[in-house]
Amino acid sequence: MWRGFTLQQFANQCYGNEYDLGKGRQMPVHYGSNELNYLTVSSPIATQVPQAVGAAYGLKMDKKDACAVTYFGDGGTSEGDFHAGMNFAAVLGAPVLFICRNNGWAISTPTSEQFRSDGVAIKGQAYGVRSIRVDGNDALAVYFAVKNARKMAVEEFRPILIEALTYRVGHHSTSDDSSKYRSVDEIEYWRTRRDPVARLRMFLQSNRWWDDENEDLLRQDLRTQMMSVLHNAESKKKPGLSNLFEDVYDVIPQNLKEQEQETQAIVGKYPKDYPSDVPLD
Amino acid sequence: MRAPPSTVRASKLVTNAVAVKSETASIAATKSGHELLLFEALREGLEEEMERDPRVCVLGEDVGHYGGSYKVTKGLAEKFGDLRVLDTPIAENSFTGMAVGAAMTGLRPIVEGMNMGFLLLAYNQISNNCGMLHYTSGGQFTIPVVIRGPGGVGRQLGAEHSQRLESYFQSVPGLQMVACSTPYNAKGLMKAAIRSENPVILCEHVLLYNLKERIPDEEYVCCLERAELVRPGKDVTILTYSRMRHHVLQAAKSLINKGYDPEIIDIISLKPFDLHTIGNSIKKTHKVLIVEECMRTGGIGASLRASIMDNFWDYLDAPIMCLSSQDVPTPYAGTLEEATVVQPPQIVKAIKQLCG
Repeated sequence: MWRGFTLQQFANQCYGNEYDLGKGRQMPVHYGSNELNYLTVSSPIATQVPQAVGAAYGLKMDKKDACAVTYFGDGGTSEGDFHAGMNFAAVLGAPVLFICRNNGWAISTPTSEQFRSDGVAIKGQAYGVRSIRVDGNDALAVYFAVKNARKMAVEEFRPILIEALTYRVGHHSTSDDSSKYRSVDEIEYWRTRRDPVARLRMFLQSNRWWDDENEDLLRQDLRTQMMSVLHNAESKKKPGLSNLFEDVYDVIPQNLKEQEQETQAIVGKYPKDYPSDVPLD
Repeated sequence: MRAPPSTVRASKLVTNAVAVKSETASIAATKSGHELLLFEALREGLEEEMERDPRVCVLGEDVGHYGGSYKVTKGLAEKFGDLRVLDTPIAENSFTGMAVGAAMTGLRPIVEGMNMGFLLLAYNQISNNCGMLHYTSGGQFTIPVVIRGPGGVGRQLGAEHSQRLESYFQSVPGLQMVACSTPYNAKGLMKAAIRSENPVILCEHVLLYNLKERIPDEEYVCCLERAELVRPGKDVTILTYSRMRHHVLQAAKSLINKGYDPEIIDIISLKPFDLHTIGNSIKKTHKVLIVEECMRTGGIGASLRASIMDNFWDYLDAPIMCLSSQDVPTPYAGTLEEATVVQPPQIVKAIKQLCG
């Protein structure tokens, strides 16, 4: 969002319509934008960690004044890829930031059942990666930690691990009901008393840079925008059937062309059995 | 119908089963060219591509100053530097992941698996990311990665080092796969794989690295999707690849002396199959024998048979025969190991059965 991915683009990706940059091929929240240097999200956990190291490897080779950054959760630090990725980054001296959002839960697994180490920051130390633990609900603390980490990574060619401590107030996904495995009181406590957005707002308001009126107006405006972009995205057509077969390779091979023809023939023959908002071409 | 035996015995015995030089399009009909071993051919191809494009780099275990377990990258770290020929810690899934990330952000990495069997550890990155990200990103990111390494049954390397993973990668969408079998096609396929915008798996064979051949001095690139017509014939189509090509050629010497005229095709491209070349051959001979090193169940042969049936059923005069390895892990004992790989006498027997 900060880089310029519009709310409409987010909505298009969620609905997988014809304007989705991903052409309707990935599930919601798995967006990507080549233009904004944001690699398309892929579901398997922690596979992005070595990939970020690879991107940083390229940056180091080109001697670019830039670094790679990758995000994962507390659960992701159990995956093999996390360990090897950190190890590689340290050995290679790759300019990469590893940002772990330790929110206490991996679906229903609390961190006490995920690892017995002293959190995630210590894992970085074990690999020779400079690490920092920061209050993830303090916007300013996170800002300064990341800013300094980036400077170190870029100027000193080294990886940095940032563990941001926070709490997952929501459910893991729309198919999860977390009250099944944790107390409602705990959730309520964090939601009402430790909300990071409210905390920043209090700070701004106490300095008279913001007030309740601005808050209400902003919320209303954003709500209207969101409803509009979602409605817009929903009403658009889905990508055509040919998108099922393109981009598997750079040039569509013969066997896929044949499969495409077969599929088009079936869908054309029994249109009532297939969604009506997917054009045949 | 074949000529009666007496006529055949009267004509000159053929000792060379491979097509005569003037008939083969692959080798340039010049007296020049240079002789080298297959692993040197791979290195030559790799070196030429690294000189041509500064984005090409190599990642793998012991590929740097050690030069690689099979010496394919020997001398390259000294020439191009430690970063371009990178020694990685032992974590196949992760350095393959690194290669995917590097490829998505502009580099053209080549991942060397010390043995194809170890790439099973990299299967998550290869299947879930490498093959998919071009598609799921809507075409925004390409993954021009080459994943290569030796596979196949060696000389008593044990079950874990004798894997034939071609069949595992075959169904991953988004990947291309080729298998080299001679110094000529090894160099050509290496260059083509590096230049391809798609992720390519280059299957090498552990016992073929010391094959010697004379290859052209001029630059050449092979086609990733084309099979190689090794010997034209009209009695039967023999489809094979990698080390089995050489077993087939050995068997062919004996077959030709017995009066058979097999057409031998090295399929080269394992994904996708070159159905054009294969089809033309089947339309001519009407009989097919597949000789592979994969396991019987779910191997390349199994999927090739299905492809042929789908496309060329009307041209077949007999069921497709397939010689493969048994569905067993490769034993260490030499005699047992030899029994798990298709040998020339088996091929001769199969042709006799198929052709009568």
